[in-house]
Amino acid sequence: VSPSTLAFSEAQLVEVRRLQGLYPDPRGALLPVLDMAQETFGYVSLEAEEYVAGLFGLSPAHVHEVVTFYTLYFQKPKGRHVVAVCHNLSCHLAGARTIVEHLKARLGVDVGETTDDGRVTLLSVECLCACERAPMMQVDDRYEFDLTPPRVDAILEGLR
Amino acid sequence: VTTEAILTRNFGRADAHTLAAYLETGGYTAWPKAQAMEPAAITDEVKRSNLRGLGGAGFPTGTKWGFIPKTHTGPVYLVINADEGEPGTFKDRYLLERDPHALIEGMLIAARAIRSATAFVYIRGEYVEPWRRFVGAVREAYDAGYLGRGFDIVVHRGAGAYICGEETGLISSLEGKKGWPKVKPPFPAIKGAFGMPTIVNNVETICHVSHILNRGAAWFASLGTKTQGGTRIYSVSGRVKRPGIYEASVAITLRQLVYDLAGGVTGNGRLKAVVPGGSSAPILRADEIDVTLDVDGLRNAGTMAGSAGVIVMDETVSIPEALVVVARFYAHESCGQCTPCRESTGWIYKMSHRIVDGHGTKDDLDKILDVARRGAGTTICAFYDGAVGPYISYIEKFRAEFEALIPT
Repeated sequence: VSPSTLAFSEAQLVEVRRLQGLYPDPRGALLPVLDMAQETFGYVSLEAEEYVAGLFGLSPAHVHEVVTFYTLYFQKPKGRHVVAVCHNLSCHLAGARTIVEHLKARLGVDVGETTDDGRVTLLSVECLCACERAPMMQVDDRYEFDLTPPRVDAILEGLR
Repeated sequence: VTTEAILTRNFGRADAHTLAAYLETGGYTAWPKAQAMEPAAITDEVKRSNLRGLGGAGFPTGTKWGFIPKTHTGPVYLVINADEGEPGTFKDRYLLERDPHALIEGMLIAARAIRSATAFVYIRGEYVEPWRRFVGAVREAYDAGYLGRGFDIVVHRGAGAYICGEETGLISSLEGKKGWPKVKPPFPAIKGAFGMPTIVNNVETICHVSHILNRGAAWFASLGTKTQGGTRIYSVSGRVKRPGIYEASVAITLRQLVYDLAGGVTGNGRLKAVVPGGSSAPILRADEIDVTLDVDGLRNAGTMAGSAGVIVMDETVSIPEALVVVARFYAHESCGQCTPCRESTGWIYKMSHRIVDGHGTKDDLDKILDVARRGAGTTICAFYDGAVGPYISYIEKFRAEFEALIPT
């Protein structure tokens, strides 16, 4: 992707300015604008970082430092769906390891990888704070609770 | 001790998150009372209630509000910490999803007390449904005229980083930077978000405020202990019959919570250990659970109330394996700013991992304890001290279990 093809629409630029206006210092809007960039461009590439930096008058290095600090920004293309299994203490006590192994086998990928058809990226993540219904995972915007291998299969079935 | 549902009273209603339901159950009746009070009188009332911060540190809320410099004439910011992330904790998720107007009303009152016209609510990025619910409630509150008349709320989403739950890390993140905690002093109340005096409060803490104004500081104080008022929401998970949230007095004991409210222990049915306040709280053995769960009660027991995330382990749970899980978390979430934390969390994860893999050496346990103790208290924020809690307590209290894994 060349930098010239990477740009927000006019409507998105209006939204960028609205977001920047919400903060005493416009750069407070950096995280929400990076969210927009990821949603629009699929992931936050170095080109996307440079483009966003330009919208804020920030150095690309500052934006890179931010992007690499947080786990929800993807620096390479991700699958159409992201499946993130919690592996922290309460989920561990409820068998999260079995769930991760089951997903690896079903999807044919290791943690951190994307299926060849680009359908699913599998992650293993820290506490998502839904420990009362462990083991659990996040599938895109949704939390999925009380996981068992059959339940995981049914969820995967629904991901196209 | 009370188990009256105060914060959780509407959680059973399917429409609890709506303005209509909130109004029907007495919502937005404390705000007019606050409007008739001087800001300092609101702060005094909260001080008298003995409300203490419920995000982890347990600092007296009214006292914190009182730190805003009286002579300051510029903007003051109220920041709500909804970056819930302490392993074992899920109460704020419920509050955001099921009673978002309680947070908004509490914020109106808190903002009046500290003379703030703008608030930021920092919600962890993974919390999509809680964010949607809260944004919906904010929209309703604007339409109904509670917001937008001298007080505005900006909802800000995080992007995945436990350290942003630390209040100065949160401020860095809100300012569009990586979430590195800041050196204190200056404390946020003097120089916080965007360089202005800022009060950072947890969601649950602020949800209590309207009840304190409606029913009085004396009532709230009477629900707890001498040094901490009220109820709080315990998040109970792990090997218990009924995992979930339980609202009860801060004076309830850990035994009552685990056995009477959460139904007792599963697995083999015999309790081995309990983490009482989120993963950063030192672990308690089965014979140490006759303690009250207030901030000072748990401090006196050598652990901490933290975020009230209670994780229960039965006798079949491997403590060394649990330590590996916890150590992996701290190694992953260390922000990398301070050397002792960045290095020690990584090394302790590796050492605990090799012990569980059967490759430990007999010096490893003392080495972990030594590394843990040397770094404690030397870092900018409390993150590393929080990691040291489990490192030391798991090994000291269950040493034989670790030693059994080390080849002789």
